Amino acid sequence: MMENFDEDRPIYIQIGESIKRDIVSGRLKGGDKLPSIRDMSHRFKVNPNTIQRAYAELEYEGVTFTKRGMGTFIIDDDEKLYTLKTDMATKEIENFVDAMKELGFSSREIIELLKHNLKRK
Amino acid sequence: MKAVLELRDVHKSFMGKKALQGVDLSVGAGSVIGLLGPNGSGKTTLIKIIAGLIKQNAGEVKICGLNPGEETKALVSYLPDTQHLYKWMRVEDAICFYDDFFEDFDRLRCEELLDYMGIDRADKVKDLSKGMYEKTSLALTLARQSRLYVLDEPLGGIDPVARDTIIDTILSNYREDSSFIISTHLVSDVERLFDTVAFIKEGKIILDGEAEELRIERSMSIENIYKEVFRNA
Repeated sequence: MMENFDEDRPIYIQIGESIKRDIVSGRLKGGDKLPSIRDMSHRFKVNPNTIQRAYAELEYEGVTFTKRGMGTFIIDDDEKLYTLKTDMATKEIENFVDAMKELGFSSREIIELLKHNLKRK
Repeated sequence: MKAVLELRDVHKSFMGKKALQGVDLSVGAGSVIGLLGPNGSGKTTLIKIIAGLIKQNAGEVKICGLNPGEETKALVSYLPDTQHLYKWMRVEDAICFYDDFFEDFDRLRCEELLDYMGIDRADKVKDLSKGMYEKTSLALTLARQSRLYVLDEPLGGIDPVARDTIIDTILSNYREDSSFIISTHLVSDVERLFDTVAFIKEGKIILDGEAEELRIERSMSIENIYKEVFRNA
């Protein structure tokens, strides 16, 4: 498996985002252990130091914690994980709204189009 | 982080032609550095000096604190960019050759790597395709338990599937106490492997730094930085 990264952006950030997406979507759960740095480095085919940096960043953001000698774990805190979820949703919505505004749609039109689209599905 | 390799103001000329014009470079333990530059920029000359095959005219080269020589050849595992195995050999003979030659050669590891890459040990070296040859010599190089692996163009003329296998093999060999120097002009294929990159042009390092920092600074992939740096080369 070779994930597609946008190599114009730092790779450690994208690895962090990919892990956060897995948490938000439920593929990873609170308390789960993350794969070892070596395994992740093979999975993403990147330098182990890049994974190390991604893990450090997640820990800094409070998404994970390390148990000495045991590895890196996802925090087991529903409230924090819910915040993570809404933060990611907000970001996606902002991107979407920016793109629609760029195309010249008004707020009301965006809402109408969105309603229409949601009904269709 | 103690430097595995330290180069200071290294110069080298061939018959009056300047190949290296004051190269400074430091490689710490556990790092994977990409030596990036077009053909004729001095990559191979620099690598041959590190491997102890040729000597610089001026400047200092230290490998784990030692001058290049017999002692450092035991610390440095070198993959040349040319076909260096004897044509009469079978892959098996090449394994024996390395086993005799290098004290740090791990025969089992080599066989494991060859199996992983799908190379038959009974094959004759002269019958190997270009890709299979490269895999074979890479397996031999990586099966040594060295402090510094110096790979000169390990991906030249290899298909994408073989490339992934080779990248996996390099990653599986990564240890915190050993370092890699990988020279290439096929940047996009391997840029994820590097934690540090050094761009070499006309025998000088014109830009170097941590790969991720360069991506942040310039909002560009290492490949695009490469294109920008060498546009007029």
